[in-house]
Amino acid sequence: MSDRLAVRKTYKLYLGGAFPRSESGRTYEVTDARGAFLANAAQASRKDARDAVVAARAAFGKWSGATAYNRGQVLYRVAEVMEGRHAQFCEEVAAGEGSSSSRARAAVDAAIDRWVWYAGWTDKLGAVLGGANPVAGPYFDFSLPEPTGVVAVLAPQRSSLLGLVSVLAPVLAGGNTAVVVTSRARPLPAVTLGEVLATSDVPGGVVNLLTGDAGELGPWLAEHDDVDAVDLTGAPADRAMELERLAAGSIKRVVRPPAEEPDWSADPGLGRLTPFLETKTVWHPMGL
Amino acid sequence: MTDTPPSPAQPTSPFQYAPAPESRSIVDLAPSHGLFVDGEFVDATGTPFKTVNPATEEVLSEIACASDADVDRAVKAARRAFTRTWGPMRPADRGKYLFRIARLLQERAREFAVLESLDNGKPIRESRDVDVPLAAAHFFYHAGWADKLDWAGLGPGPRPLGVAGQVIPWNFPLLMLAWKVAPALATGNTVVLKPAETTPLTALLFAEVCRQADLPPGVVNIVTGAGDTGRAVVEHADVDKVAFTGSTEVGRSIARAVAGTAKRLTLELGGKAANIVFDDAPIDQAVEGIVQGIFFNQGHVCCAGSRLLVQENVHDEVIASLQRRIGTLRLGDPLDKNTDIGAINSAEQLARIRELSDIGEAEGAHRWQPACELPDRGFWFPPTVFTEVSPAHRIARDEVFGPVLSVLTFRTPDEAVAKANNSTYGLSAGVWTEKGSRILAVTDRLRAGVVWANAFNQFDPTSPFGGYKQSGYGREGGRQGLAAYLEGAQ
Repeated sequence: MSDRLAVRKTYKLYLGGAFPRSESGRTYEVTDARGAFLANAAQASRKDARDAVVAARAAFGKWSGATAYNRGQVLYRVAEVMEGRHAQFCEEVAAGEGSSSSRARAAVDAAIDRWVWYAGWTDKLGAVLGGANPVAGPYFDFSLPEPTGVVAVLAPQRSSLLGLVSVLAPVLAGGNTAVVVTSRARPLPAVTLGEVLATSDVPGGVVNLLTGDAGELGPWLAEHDDVDAVDLTGAPADRAMELERLAAGSIKRVVRPPAEEPDWSADPGLGRLTPFLETKTVWHPMGL
Repeated sequence: MTDTPPSPAQPTSPFQYAPAPESRSIVDLAPSHGLFVDGEFVDATGTPFKTVNPATEEVLSEIACASDADVDRAVKAARRAFTRTWGPMRPADRGKYLFRIARLLQERAREFAVLESLDNGKPIRESRDVDVPLAAAHFFYHAGWADKLDWAGLGPGPRPLGVAGQVIPWNFPLLMLAWKVAPALATGNTVVLKPAETTPLTALLFAEVCRQADLPPGVVNIVTGAGDTGRAVVEHADVDKVAFTGSTEVGRSIARAVAGTAKRLTLELGGKAANIVFDDAPIDQAVEGIVQGIFFNQGHVCCAGSRLLVQENVHDEVIASLQRRIGTLRLGDPLDKNTDIGAINSAEQLARIRELSDIGEAEGAHRWQPACELPDRGFWFPPTVFTEVSPAHRIARDEVFGPVLSVLTFRTPDEAVAKANNSTYGLSAGVWTEKGSRILAVTDRLRAGVVWANAFNQFDPTSPFGGYKQSGYGREGGRQGLAAYLEGAQ
C-alpha cells in the first residue's frame, strides 16, 4: 500500500504582506468544476476589507514613490516567480475552471506574459501620457501621470487567474495599491498568486487579496472614504448599479462592469491603466 | 503687525483714483430671453426668472426656464444634428467652424466682457483680460484638434460619443462654456448646455455667435434654468456624456444619477488649495501670488489658494506684508477699470461666506479685514484673512468660495506636505520657494491636479486641468481633455 493520505489545505487571506485568517473565523469549501473538494478558503469579512484598505493606504507612499524602473523590476519579478510555479497554477486553473490542461496552460502562460507586458509599461507611462504643454505665456508647464491611490478591485468571477492578473497588474503598474476580492468559486489561483507576491519583492500591503464574496464585501469597499477608485469588473450584475451609487458618495473613480466577462486573452492596450491614473500639471515661471 | 493699514481708498490718502468706468452702451440688453434650441431662440414652458446685476441688484433681463419637455426638445435637436450634419461632417470643416467662433469671440470681446461683468459682478479688468481672451483661446486650440484626433495619442480611431449634456457654474460663465463646448464640438459631439441660473447672459450671447458663424442648427443648444433644468439635462436618457463643473455636493448627486447607465461622466468640483510659502521664498512675489490666489474673481474660484501655509519663521513678515498689500486693493464697481474686487455673485453666496466666516471666528480663528467701505446696494464682502487657524477649523476644511483666506503655519517641508494633503479635496496647490529641488520634491508629493510653483491661478487651453480625490475626475484642456468626449479613447 503506497496510497498516501493527502494533506488537506486550509488557506488564509493575504493582507498587509501577511497571511492572516479572516477575523470572522469564517471559511468556505472550494470545489472543483465537478463539485469535488479542493480546499478550504478564508471567507473575508467587512473588518478584513477595512484592514486591507488600511494596509493598502499604508503601502501607497512607498510603492507610488518608488522609481518607475524599480516598479517594473518588481512586476517582472512576479512573472519570474510565477513561472516557477507554472505547474501548480495550471492544476488549479484546470480544476477550478474545469478546462482542459492545454487551455489551462495557455491561460497561465498569458497571465505570466501579462505581468511582463505591464512591467514594461511602468517607465513609459510618463512619456506616453504626459509631456510639456506649450502654454501662451512665460511658463514651463508639464503634465505627468500619477497613481490615483488605493484601488478596490472586484476580480472577474470566471477567469480565475488570467482575469485576475489582467485587472490587478495595471493597477500596480501605475503605482496604485490594491484591495482585491477574488473569484468566489475559484479562489485557489489567487491564493497561490498571493504566495507568489509575498516572495516577489512586492512590498507588503501593496496587494491585499480577500477570498470571499464580492456581493458581501463590495458595498463596504465602494463606500469606503479611503478608497480612491473601484473596479467593478467582477461585481454581481444585479449589484453593480448599487455599488456605483455608493462609490459616488466619495467621488470615486469607477470602472463599470462589462456586459459580459471579456476575452482576457485579447491585447490589453492602455485601457485598464488610464482609469487609475491622475494627471498632475505643474507650472513654473520661465525667465524672471 | 498693524491691524488697520492705511488704504489709498481712504479720504486721508493724498493719492486718489479718478473713476474709470467702462461704458456699458456696447451691450444691448433684451428685456427677455428665450432658450436656444435647434438654431433658434424659442419660448420655454417653465416659469421665467430674472437675472440681476449683483453689484446693484438691478434686474438685467428675464430669462426663460426650460422644463423637462424643453430639455427633451433640445436633446432631440442635438441628436438630429449629431446624426445628420455635425457627425458626418469632414473634421476639417468642423475645425473651421470652431475657428470662426474663436474669431467672433475676439471681435466681440468688449461686448462679452461688459456683459460678463454686469451679470456676474467680476471686475472688468478680469473679464476683459482673462475670461474672454481665454475663452477665445480654448476655441482656437480645440479647432486645431478637430482633424487631428487620430494623432492625439488616445488610441486608434477614436469616435465621438454623441450628445453631451453640460452643466456649468456661475463663477466663470463664458470661460466654463468654452471649456465645455470647444472640446465637445472638436471631437464631433453636439451639446446641450445649461448655464448657471444667476449668470445666463453670456451663454445667450454665445448663441448669437453660433448663428453668426452659421453653425448648423442643433449643434449647440442652450437651455437656461436652475437645478431642475440641470437635472433634466443630466438624467435625459438620450444624453451620452455628462460634464459638470460645480459643487462637490451636486457632483455627488450627478454621479449617483448616472450610475448604472452607459453615460460617460467628468466632474470638476470644489477645492481647498494649499498655497505653501517657504522661508526662502521671495516674499513680495509670494504676497502677490497669495493675493492672486485668493482674491482673483472674489475668491469664486474652485482652485483658489484658500489655505495659506506659511513657514513659521516668516509668518509675521508675510502677514504684515500681505495686510499692507490687501489694504491697496480697490473694491467696488465691477465696470470701473481700477477695481480689483467686484461683487459677490448672489445674495445666497454672500450668506454662505458670512456664515462660514462667523463660524471661523466662533471656532477661535482671528479675523482681519482692511478698512474698506462697502457699497450700500448689491452683494459685497471685504477681503478677509483668518490667522491662528487650526487644521480642524471649518474655514480650513470647507470651501468658502469667497475672498476669505485661512492662514496656517508649518515648520518642515514634511509638515507642509502633510497639512496640504490633509483635505478631502485635491484640485490645486501653490509652492513658493527659490530652491528648485524643493519645488520638484514638494510638487511631487502634493496630491493635487494642478500645482503652481512661484505662480498661482494660471490657465491655458493646452494645459490639462482637473482634480484628485473629491475634487472630481477627468481633465479639461490639453490632449488629456479630449478623452472625455471620445469613444475608444484610452
